[in-house]
Amino acid sequence: MLPNTKKMVPALKLIKVETGINGFDEITDGGLPKNRPTILCGNTGCGKTVMSMEFLVKGAVKFKEPGVFMSFEETKDELVTNMESLHFGLENLIKKKYIYIEYAEINKDQGIESGKYDLEGLFVRLQNAIDRIGAKRIVLDSLDALFYGLNSKVLRQEIKRLFKWLKEKKITALITAEIDNGLLTKSVLGQYTADCVIEMDKRIFNQTTTRRLRIVKMRGSDHGINEYPFIIDSSGLSVLPLISQLKSQRLSDSRITSGIKDLDGMLDGKGFFQGSSILVSGSAGTGKTSIAISLIHATCKKKIRCLYCAFEESSSQITRNMRSIGLNIEPYVKSGSLRFYSSRPTLQNFELHLISIKKIIQELRPEIIVLDPVTNLMSEGINSEIRQMLARFVDFLKGENITTLFTAAITLETIKSNPSDEGISAMMDTWILVRDIEQNGERNRGIYVLKSRGMNHSTQVREFLITDKGISLLPTYISPDGILTGSAKLEYTLKDEIQNTLRNNRMKHKENEMERKRKILEGDIARLKADFESELTVLNQAKTENDLKEEKKEENKIEISGLRNNLKSSSEKSKNKNK
Amino acid sequence: MSAFKKQQGGKYPVEPVKNGKPEYILRLFVSGILQNSVNAIKNINQICEQYLKGNYKLEIIDIYQQPDLAVSEQIIVIPVMIIKHPLPERRIIGDLSDVEKVLEILNCK
Repeated sequence: MLPNTKKMVPALKLIKVETGINGFDEITDGGLPKNRPTILCGNTGCGKTVMSMEFLVKGAVKFKEPGVFMSFEETKDELVTNMESLHFGLENLIKKKYIYIEYAEINKDQGIESGKYDLEGLFVRLQNAIDRIGAKRIVLDSLDALFYGLNSKVLRQEIKRLFKWLKEKKITALITAEIDNGLLTKSVLGQYTADCVIEMDKRIFNQTTTRRLRIVKMRGSDHGINEYPFIIDSSGLSVLPLISQLKSQRLSDSRITSGIKDLDGMLDGKGFFQGSSILVSGSAGTGKTSIAISLIHATCKKKIRCLYCAFEESSSQITRNMRSIGLNIEPYVKSGSLRFYSSRPTLQNFELHLISIKKIIQELRPEIIVLDPVTNLMSEGINSEIRQMLARFVDFLKGENITTLFTAAITLETIKSNPSDEGISAMMDTWILVRDIEQNGERNRGIYVLKSRGMNHSTQVREFLITDKGISLLPTYISPDGILTGSAKLEYTLKDEIQNTLRNNRMKHKENEMERKRKILEGDIARLKADFESELTVLNQAKTENDLKEEKKEENKIEISGLRNNLKSSSEKSKNKNK
Repeated sequence: MSAFKKQQGGKYPVEPVKNGKPEYILRLFVSGILQNSVNAIKNINQICEQYLKGNYKLEIIDIYQQPDLAVSEQIIVIPVMIIKHPLPERRIIGDLSDVEKVLEILNCK
């Protein structure tokens, strides 16, 4: 007997259809399985109806696919009314025959049974509905409504038939089910061969509503197995996906100024990298917000859009406070360059804040975002979750090449006691610490760059001042005792100056001495010269005399010899004459 | 009590009644010639003949032929018989093989 060899069937890649729901297509790697039924289950109020309606709405609006909504629980009018707060434009879509809503009332059939029956009526109606608008998407909301009052054996049979029927019709179906509430349990549901099962959950954690979504099963596809948080707001669902791979981020070499010239100087002279993440940390009142606003101010001046997320102070408070240090950001708020997002951290969970912020980002497209402070948000939840969430967010921002500045009330000391804080700093490209330097009963502020990836940053601790002209950095004095700031520095400076002055005086004194000596010396030299001159004159004179004498002697000699010759000649002449 | 013809998917003629108004107005929704539907038609005919003695108006509606009626009457389970008169409107789902039940409902009024 030959062994039974199984034929190797090549795995077919599951074709997916995009739902158009924010974030959902990312976590499912493409959307829902095309032309297959998907079960969407969850507890009461978790958002199944909203999500399924959005599936149809987005299908119509984005992909021009008509969809049928077969409701077993609410009437058409109820649904339309409920969906009004979500700006789906449902009525318009119904009018244009992109969406067809039908209400199938199950209750009417409950109660009196006589003999055998099946759910053929449902199939007829579904077919009728699909044919009406040529639907490519269909929602059945919700399956568990069928389970009331009908024979469970018949029901199971018919639902199995329904799934088969839906597959044959080549329509992408989304079937909702409320589980563990009545007869429909997970085990019962598990019998139905759906290619994809998605579970939604609404729970209350820390007194706030948290919504989570997860892919229980997606046949023929890789899917994330995590729970993803999501929110429902006026534009529908928004899921916050975890970016599991570090997306190849568009890196930029361009630099942006921090708004504080000397701080730029500490950062390789050029400032921050565009698209980097910056952490400004320090204990309370050290000036983190001021630094953040300096950055914003400098950026908005160049007409670049910024988003400021304020979790501690209100936007008006910040604006007022910053005015006092010479940074007027009001005109930028007015012109729309600067947008504020102020919210109490306790109002919603961290992830919900992030989702809300993400939506503003998608609308506003800012180049710089400030979260001030980010530590406030962290107290609202379990630390590891928070860190994950923050990592996702930072990844997302990096992918968009947005520069982020986080302020945090952490210092090197707090990290020892709270190790999760270190995790935050590890995510940041640049970490600037603002520190109190206490000396001589005085508290001054120092700033230094703890790390800054990719650049040659200064390792100096600089004192910084916040005056009504803004922030400026002063060079600190390094004395044998350590860094000096404030009055200690003044004292030292004074001492230094005094010493300098004294030294200068001494030098001057010495110089004067030298000058005097030189003058004396010069005087001596002059005198000697003069003597020499006079002697020389005498000598010259004698020489001249001598020369003259010599000359005269010569002259006399010639004269005398001349005279002699004349006499001789005259005597000769007379002799001749006499002859 | 006169015999009546069975017509596929059609409406049935009105039976002669007392006081000009039939006491029972019944609407049976079926799905073509599927087994349950065939049985239901057979059963209701028997019941009507035996017990209602002409005092009824029976409509048999095939939802394949008239799907809009299936929507308007909220038909999901097939076969289903809607008792339009006497009020209140009631429904019996199934092929009506449980005659006792049917009579119970009908005779209640």
